[in-house]
Amino acid sequence: MSATPPFTDEHEELRSSVRGFIERELSPDAQSWEAEEWFPDEVFAKLAGQGLLGLKYPAEYGGEGGDYLHEAVLVEELARIGSGGTAAGIGAHVNIATPPIWKFGSEEQKQRYLAPAIRGEKIGALGITEPDAGSDVASLRTTATRVDGGFLVNGSKTYITNGVRAHFIVTAVKTTAEGGHNGISFLIIDRGEGVSSSKLRKLGWNASDTATISFEDVFVGQENLLGPLHEGFKLIMANFQWERLAMALGAVGAMQLAYERTAQYARERTAFGRPIAKHQAIRHKLADLAASAHTARCVTYDALRRFCAGEQALREVTIAKLVTQRACFELMDECLQIHGGAGYMREYWVERAARDARLGPIGGGSDEIMREILGRLLDL
Amino acid sequence: MASTETVLKPDHQAKRKHFIFTDEHEALRESIRSFVLKELTPHAEEWEETTFPDSVFTRMGELGFLGLDKPEAYGGQGGDYYTSLVLAEEIVKANSGGLAMGVAVHTDMAMPPILAFGSEEQKQEWVVPAIKGEKILCIGITEPDAGSDVAGIKTRAVKDGDGYLINGSKTYITNGLRADVIVLVTKTDADAGYDGFTLFLVPMDAPGVIREKKLEKLGMHASDTALLAFQDVRVPESAVLGQVGKGFYNIMWELQGERLIGAAGCVAGAQRTFERTLEYANERKAFGRSIGHFQVIRHKFAEMATKIESARQMVYVTAWRFANGEYPVREISMAKLHAARVAVEVADECIQIHGGAGYMREYGVERAWRDARLNRIGAGTDEIMLDVIGRSYGL
Repeated sequence: MSATPPFTDEHEELRSSVRGFIERELSPDAQSWEAEEWFPDEVFAKLAGQGLLGLKYPAEYGGEGGDYLHEAVLVEELARIGSGGTAAGIGAHVNIATPPIWKFGSEEQKQRYLAPAIRGEKIGALGITEPDAGSDVASLRTTATRVDGGFLVNGSKTYITNGVRAHFIVTAVKTTAEGGHNGISFLIIDRGEGVSSSKLRKLGWNASDTATISFEDVFVGQENLLGPLHEGFKLIMANFQWERLAMALGAVGAMQLAYERTAQYARERTAFGRPIAKHQAIRHKLADLAASAHTARCVTYDALRRFCAGEQALREVTIAKLVTQRACFELMDECLQIHGGAGYMREYWVERAARDARLGPIGGGSDEIMREILGRLLDL
Repeated sequence: MASTETVLKPDHQAKRKHFIFTDEHEALRESIRSFVLKELTPHAEEWEETTFPDSVFTRMGELGFLGLDKPEAYGGQGGDYYTSLVLAEEIVKANSGGLAMGVAVHTDMAMPPILAFGSEEQKQEWVVPAIKGEKILCIGITEPDAGSDVAGIKTRAVKDGDGYLINGSKTYITNGLRADVIVLVTKTDADAGYDGFTLFLVPMDAPGVIREKKLEKLGMHASDTALLAFQDVRVPESAVLGQVGKGFYNIMWELQGERLIGAAGCVAGAQRTFERTLEYANERKAFGRSIGHFQVIRHKFAEMATKIESARQMVYVTAWRFANGEYPVREISMAKLHAARVAVEVADECIQIHGGAGYMREYGVERAWRDARLNRIGAGTDEIMLDVIGRSYGL
């Protein structure tokens, strides 16, 4: 079968090698990582060993010199781990924590953070959301006060993926008292004195160490200011498109896999003397799921193609994020239903998949925020 | 003539008692609620980890809450059907779906068939201590290879001298680890179709009854759910519950009461989650105002309230029919289907309204969804309800 655009045969080769690696090296442990609510840091080293943490980054920092499409392959395949939390931890590192350093960092910052991140030696996190500022980024309260040689940071961040394990946190801080979107800056904060994390327990993504991070009088040197002072809002906006595309791609991968597994279950499980797939209601449900998975893929690939071609694809990316996250959760919920009582049991994969998928319509900008963005784009 | 002011003023805050309930029901409601809030709710978090203790049964037995609608002759309160509805509604305030389920299996699923079909000895042996909370009941229908398809069960009870020998397995059994006795659905005649089923009361300490494992679930963590095996379990003739060969019909009757009580629990659970989320939406601020004051969020609440009200009316009217001696299988199936869906939709919407907080365990709303989700599967899936309703029209 030939590759679906925008992917080429080269990408499909990468896909099969990534899939093989994941199924061999990561999937077998996924269930236990979920139970332990932690995946080991070595996962990053393993991925780095395959060059998978630097697919889109230049060779001078140890990357593979590829582009977003190569990374798109990885992101879609991460669903095959069978642990949303593990995929989230990896995703936070490659999709949201390191891109700002790549795009806005100084040469020295890239050598100090990006290169070791690509080698899997330093793990990154992105810190934007706060207990009192989620969707509303303009109300951030974490402050960075000017002191000799740098800044003193005070405040807290929450729902931070890799929040316990991260060696550095790319953190949004207020550098002026000015309200709104002005006066936000970014600092790369090393874990150290004054930085403390407490892990949060969640509906899903259990293998991820999502945390609240507190900063108490944390000194951050001037050399760790990322991008221009007071212009952090641009930095936030710069990566949103890729973050949201990555979420859409994750959903596409997860939906395909869940559909395939559930269809197989329906062919095997019998009730009333025949496989449940032979009952019309179940057959039609599965037909809808296949259609939904295909639709999600088409919408996402279209946005991805535009994004990679350098188009201003804000509308398409926003739509892809909105459509796929809800569709993915609904598909998982229906898969759970088709599994019946078994669907409710931890022993099977499906309840975990539903719990993991539920984050989609909330994280990376909630469905409501996507609709707000679309509303503005549509001149409403 | 009334003045415009008095006629048109909406009275949203007025307490409205549904016509099926009397002042006595409301007094009962008060007393159950205060017990639940004082003695159960504070332990909800802990019991998610440990499952709720058996002492909940003994305490509820002491208070008379395990036999509200059961005959006084067996230690019950002799109340009407609505009293059990009141219990189902108020116990959700314990914030523990697993606890509510464990109690409902005892009072509204396992106990009714013993009272309806049991011998006097069986009632004395099991119902009397069950109402006191000294013995715990469970019911075994589903098997690893037979869920929706009840007639497909394989657990066999074979005549053996003056008793029966039982072999098979049962799964997803609520109270399965703690129960003293199980109402067990078996096949006694493989060739008799629907006339080949028989119920037994099997003591859980009988040799050959094996509690194979405690099952881990999406939700309902406060409840112990078990996989059970029966290996050459020998029971006397007196263990037969009801008539030999009538088990299928008896269990189908039992399921009606179970579904209606389950539906009532769904409505009350949805209402509880709605109220907690309403509080959150009034407090949580974004973009300079309470999120409840954004139109989209306000409409979400309006939708939820309307859905909950529709499900509540279905449950109450169906309960009224049931209490008046009708056997409204179609309406019960509709109420169960609709209430379960509403409970899950409301919980999901409440997660969404909570945003990131909704995904966190700390707020309890994700648990409400995990617990509610069972209702579209347990006691007959949505698909089975649709089948029952569709067939009721001759289709």
